[in-house]
Amino acid sequence: MAKNDLQGTLDLLVLKTLSQSRELHGYGIVLHIQRASDELLRVEEGSLYPALHRMEQSGWISSEWAMTETNRKAKYYKLTPAGRKQLQDAEKSFEQLVKGVRAMLRYA
Amino acid sequence: MSLVRRIANLLIRSRIDREIDEELRSHLEMRVEDNCAAGMSREEARRDALLRFGNPIVIKEEVAEADAALGLDSFGVDVRYAVRQLRRSPGFAWTSIAILALGIGACTAIFSTIKPILLDSLPYPHAKQIMMIWEMRGDGGPMGVSFGTFHGLAERSQSFTAMAVMKPWQPTFVATDRAERFEGQRVSANYFRTLGISPLLGRDFNASDDRFHGANLVILSERLWRRRFAGDKAIVGQQVRLDDDSYTVVGVMPPQFENVLAPSAELWAPLQYDPSLPSDGREWGHHLRMVGRLRPGISREQARSELDVILPALVQANPKGYDSSGGASAGMIVNELQSDLTNSVRPALLAVLGAVFLVLLIVCVNVTNLLLARGAQREAEFAMRTALGATQTRLIRQMVTESLLLASLGAVFGMAVAFTGVRALIALSPPALPRVSAIRVDVTVFLFGLGITTLIGVVVGLVPAWQASRKDLHTALRQNSRRTAGGRHWMRSILVIAEVSLAAVLLVSTGLLLRSMQHLFSVDPGFDTSHLLTMQVQESGHRFDKDAARLQFFTEALEQVRQVPGVLSAGFSTQLPLSGDADTYGVEFEGKNNEVGDPALRYAVTPGYIEAMHIPLRRGRLLSEHDEAGAPAVVLISESLATREFPGQDPIGRRVRVGPDAGHADKPWATIVGVVGNVKQESLAMGDEDAFYISTKQWAWADSAQSLVVRTRGDAAALAPAIRDAIWSVDKDQPIVRLATMDNLLTASEAERHFVLLLFEAFAMLGLVLAATGIYGLLAGSVSERTREIGVRAALGASRGSILALVIRQGMTLTVFGLFAGLLGAVAASSGIAALLFGVSRFDPVTYVGVTALLIFVSGVACFVPARRAASVNPVEALRAE
Repeated sequence: MAKNDLQGTLDLLVLKTLSQSRELHGYGIVLHIQRASDELLRVEEGSLYPALHRMEQSGWISSEWAMTETNRKAKYYKLTPAGRKQLQDAEKSFEQLVKGVRAMLRYA
Repeated sequence: MSLVRRIANLLIRSRIDREIDEELRSHLEMRVEDNCAAGMSREEARRDALLRFGNPIVIKEEVAEADAALGLDSFGVDVRYAVRQLRRSPGFAWTSIAILALGIGACTAIFSTIKPILLDSLPYPHAKQIMMIWEMRGDGGPMGVSFGTFHGLAERSQSFTAMAVMKPWQPTFVATDRAERFEGQRVSANYFRTLGISPLLGRDFNASDDRFHGANLVILSERLWRRRFAGDKAIVGQQVRLDDDSYTVVGVMPPQFENVLAPSAELWAPLQYDPSLPSDGREWGHHLRMVGRLRPGISREQARSELDVILPALVQANPKGYDSSGGASAGMIVNELQSDLTNSVRPALLAVLGAVFLVLLIVCVNVTNLLLARGAQREAEFAMRTALGATQTRLIRQMVTESLLLASLGAVFGMAVAFTGVRALIALSPPALPRVSAIRVDVTVFLFGLGITTLIGVVVGLVPAWQASRKDLHTALRQNSRRTAGGRHWMRSILVIAEVSLAAVLLVSTGLLLRSMQHLFSVDPGFDTSHLLTMQVQESGHRFDKDAARLQFFTEALEQVRQVPGVLSAGFSTQLPLSGDADTYGVEFEGKNNEVGDPALRYAVTPGYIEAMHIPLRRGRLLSEHDEAGAPAVVLISESLATREFPGQDPIGRRVRVGPDAGHADKPWATIVGVVGNVKQESLAMGDEDAFYISTKQWAWADSAQSLVVRTRGDAAALAPAIRDAIWSVDKDQPIVRLATMDNLLTASEAERHFVLLLFEAFAMLGLVLAATGIYGLLAGSVSERTREIGVRAALGASRGSILALVIRQGMTLTVFGLFAGLLGAVAASSGIAALLFGVSRFDPVTYVGVTALLIFVSGVACFVPARRAASVNPVEALRAE
């Protein structure tokens, strides 16, 4: 069975976000998720960071310090090829989950 | 990849921390800015940002963990947990650590001692080509080479690139402040070239140095050069005074030169014997040791057969020379130097090595047993932890951590044991042990021992974790109240059997050695060893160059000694039984056509020696003051010589020629006037050796070193200073050496056996204790598990006696199985120590029965304690304990 815990979902959201933009800092990822999900998904902002660091340690994303448009120092993350592959796997298993849950709901 | 990064993260933890702080802060600040832009007040904006973010301190911890989480952090937790576990059962912890330390330490110490002696090659270039060369006695045994033989062989042999002979030399060094006696060697010119070592300073001896009446030259060891001459480079060419003579220093040997042929020698002088080989001189005495370096491509066997061909030609050329020292030798013996040096100690060392191997085995078995027992006790704990979500890997990691912790603690103490052990072994080592200076604690062996025990620890430690993760919680938790004892002890039972059997092997070997020692010391040495003080008086310098003056000194010294209160009798002899002396000469019996028989031990003694030693007179009379120079020569012979030469006849009045006179028709006869008891000269274990005694004044020359024996009324050692003063009252410059009581000499003569016995005793003791602990541990565990069962039995009317018997039977069955296997093993192992046995058979029933009784007794005690606990179980309480 696919890995479908909440953590896995957060990973999926981050990876998807990063796959759409070249590179983003943590705050930018939070904003993007909120915007893209029409404010439906609101993550606790702090809990993003352990996930980011874990994914970096797993080699899915890489980071770099750079300056923001407002001239503030921030850590920018971007997707690695391994991350891209991980994203495909995660998307696939999430589709499975959704399909399964929906089937259940319809049947009941 | 990520593993490496995470380890790197761990190492730069503080920098990582700073970066995380900064990242989180920049997030919060960006949110605050956006909030402000949306119209909030600064205060509101900040509150909202923190609310959305969560607790930054907790988040930071989580991030840091994500960066470093590969188990290294939890490794610390594991270690702490392991320490807590071990502290909670200190009995288990200390037992395991002590066993590991003793096992690893003992193994390392023994192997470190044996390695340089038996395994490492000697510290010379192409050491395998260096041979020890002996003449062969009639019985095939080796004897020292005479200068005549060496001279002839060196001249004619083609098999060797260099040959040399040596003998001990102990000159007295007279400096301005004090006199000191040095250990040294007189060597022929090629000695150092044969070994393949050149001097550090100056030059080696050459052929022209080693000639009769040549100049006095000396080469110093580096140690002596530093100690007495302050490492002065200008020493070469200087004069030093040795024994009233002036010697020119020609060289200094390098510091790494290890002289295996005479480890204590610190200086060397050329031999300078007479190459014209006078047949009545020292040139024919068998008192030299000979070494040779094989020519490359020549085998030991080829060399020996070449020497065997040359020898008869030499005998033909010098018949009188050979006769004077007991006739032509039976052939030549060529041994590799290393095996020759280690020959006498090899059986002992191998036996000890075998024993320590058994000890290591017992240690392994015991550690396994302990860990299994502990694992069994912790089954419930592991089941509980599995139920609470611990993964199998996690449990395994924890067990391995515990095992590793034990192993490392064992290793630390083991290293201490190894160092102490090596020091003790060197201190206890028999004098014949070669290469003692090269003994070091061997790290490879230590690591080997450590590796084996750790491996066992890890593998055995895995068993409970593995079992726990396979069992379902319910059964495992219920095990605490098992209703009957199951068969799950079979593994540990086998281990206990193994321990008992290994201990039995060690005990039997020790018993056999102990019995040998008993037999040896009940052997009659042929004289009374108690209350006997011995010392060697060596006269040095030129004061007594004339034999008459020398004899005068010894006579006067003896008179003074006899005046000392407490002295019952005293006498001088040229050699002392059990002191390592072995001085033999040829004997020619009248009517045997000038044929010289096998050499016999020569004792040139003063009257009073035989009386002081309490050597029994069997026939005739002893030597007296009237048997002096000019009087008709008389000798005493030993009983064994009398029986051999005159079976069933009276030897008194028969005539012989001895020593340099033997085989010389022109020399006068000496008359046998008495027969005395046999004396053990070399060791108690040797057979009777033929001997003759002659008055010092009637022997061909006066020996410069003579041994004094003094029979005292009270404690022999206490009289030593008074006797020394008495001798020095005659001449205060004469060195007195080898001071010892005869009882000391007797013990020292069996030093090798004693050494081995001591080690075996220690090992056997250890084995016995470990086996007993094994039995005890198994039974104690099983009794506490069966408390309920025993309670039920008691409630149903089983008597205390029958419960006691039940438990004891369980333990004794294991003992009996172990004993059976062990005694079989001991029979096999005893062939390994056969060479060390004396007077007992390998199958000595007393030993086997004794060991059986001892093991049954000890394991009985080990069984009794848990059995009594079982018998005193109160049925009501046992059942309520459910």
